[in-house]
Amino acid sequence: MIYLDNAATTLKKPPQVIDAVVRAMGSFGNSARGTHEEALAASRVIYDTRCKLAALFGCKRPDHVAFACNSTEALNIAISGCIRPGEHVISTDLEHNSVLRPLYRLEAEQSVSLSFVPADRKGNIDYADFERLLRPETRAVVCTHASNLTGNVLDIARIGAFAHAHGLTFIVDASQSAGVLPIDMEKMHIDVLCFTGHKSLMGPQGTGGLCVREGVDIRPWKVGGTGVQTYSKSQPEQLPTRLEAGTLNGHGIAGLNAALDFLNETGIDVIHAHETALLRRFAAGVKDIPGVTLYGDFDRERTAVAALNIGDMDSGEVADILTEDYGIATRPGAHCAPRLHRALGTEEQGAVRFSFGWYNTEEEADEAARAIREIAT
Amino acid sequence: MREKKLYLVITFHTTAAAIAMERLCRAQGLPGRLIPVPRELTADCGMAWRAGVEDRAALEAVVAREQLEAAGFHELMI
Repeated sequence: MIYLDNAATTLKKPPQVIDAVVRAMGSFGNSARGTHEEALAASRVIYDTRCKLAALFGCKRPDHVAFACNSTEALNIAISGCIRPGEHVISTDLEHNSVLRPLYRLEAEQSVSLSFVPADRKGNIDYADFERLLRPETRAVVCTHASNLTGNVLDIARIGAFAHAHGLTFIVDASQSAGVLPIDMEKMHIDVLCFTGHKSLMGPQGTGGLCVREGVDIRPWKVGGTGVQTYSKSQPEQLPTRLEAGTLNGHGIAGLNAALDFLNETGIDVIHAHETALLRRFAAGVKDIPGVTLYGDFDRERTAVAALNIGDMDSGEVADILTEDYGIATRPGAHCAPRLHRALGTEEQGAVRFSFGWYNTEEEADEAARAIREIAT
Repeated sequence: MREKKLYLVITFHTTAAAIAMERLCRAQGLPGRLIPVPRELTADCGMAWRAGVEDRAALEAVVAREQLEAAGFHELMI
């Protein structure tokens, strides 16, 4: 089987990630629920993981790294916790439903108004639109770092500078970029960075979280047991506890810790270069096939994602042929990115997404391109 | 029963801060260990750093230098 669905989740993980999870499952108590060695073992690894994530993302304080199940949960916490009734938010057409649905819910239930920077047929945006959409009541900018559909990368530093200049809270969805693109919260003026552990960070599913700039107040989305301040009726004020009610996924976080070691040892620039080289090899192999439409902008920096269609074939049918006849795993359909599909004109057809990872090879990229050529002819 | 002695007990608002304290003390060779917060200080659950009272100056210095958010320094018989 050739696995080309790494933008959904990386299937192959570094072996030390799996070992770390297994070790943790045999030795961890509940973090923050005692001072016996087993509880402390969990607490120590969890804190160490905060330190590694803070270093990776340029977050000044490790205790401002709060864990969540995934990007979706982190984005729900950030969006519902930072934006108040009647405020205005600027986002983009590139967003995943993990950004869109929390925003749409605020729009429906809290009279929050929304504006979206439009995407063109290549999935690009005009950065001047942020300025054009600004209103007196604008409170925040929420946007993705990289599209999960086209692989186009947004200039987060530029958007951050805009947000910073106008005193807006800047919330970034790093689902597709964490682990492959450099992120520096300070330099990019990011107030809240939401990430997932199971994609390019190569950790287990069920890990992720949000890094919060000092001074940014997020009302907790969930409240409950924390292991501290038991007799207080309200959730503790201090991060990370404020955003982490309930037992953390210590076993998964131990795996994420090992994955971060792997990333640091290998180098995210090396990983990114490998993945995008495979992507470009694949794209070069399919772009001139008659009937093939390749979406996104291949002239700029991007992640290792290529979405395409063959004529007017249903994207689900193409993906099914790839699975059944070639043993190639891809993702068809709408990819939870409704606005971008509308912008690309693929709302009906969807698209077949190929996404490359660290463990893919040139032979696999060539085999995938060959399969597309055969299906198209 | 365990004999009571006078100890320095440093409390924290979060588990993250308590673990950060342990990490720094281990790295810098400073004494002490994490214990459950004694009931004399709070009815909350949670953990605290216990060391000898003679280590107070060194531990206050590390807390200040590393900007750890300690909730309080206490000396008590436990």
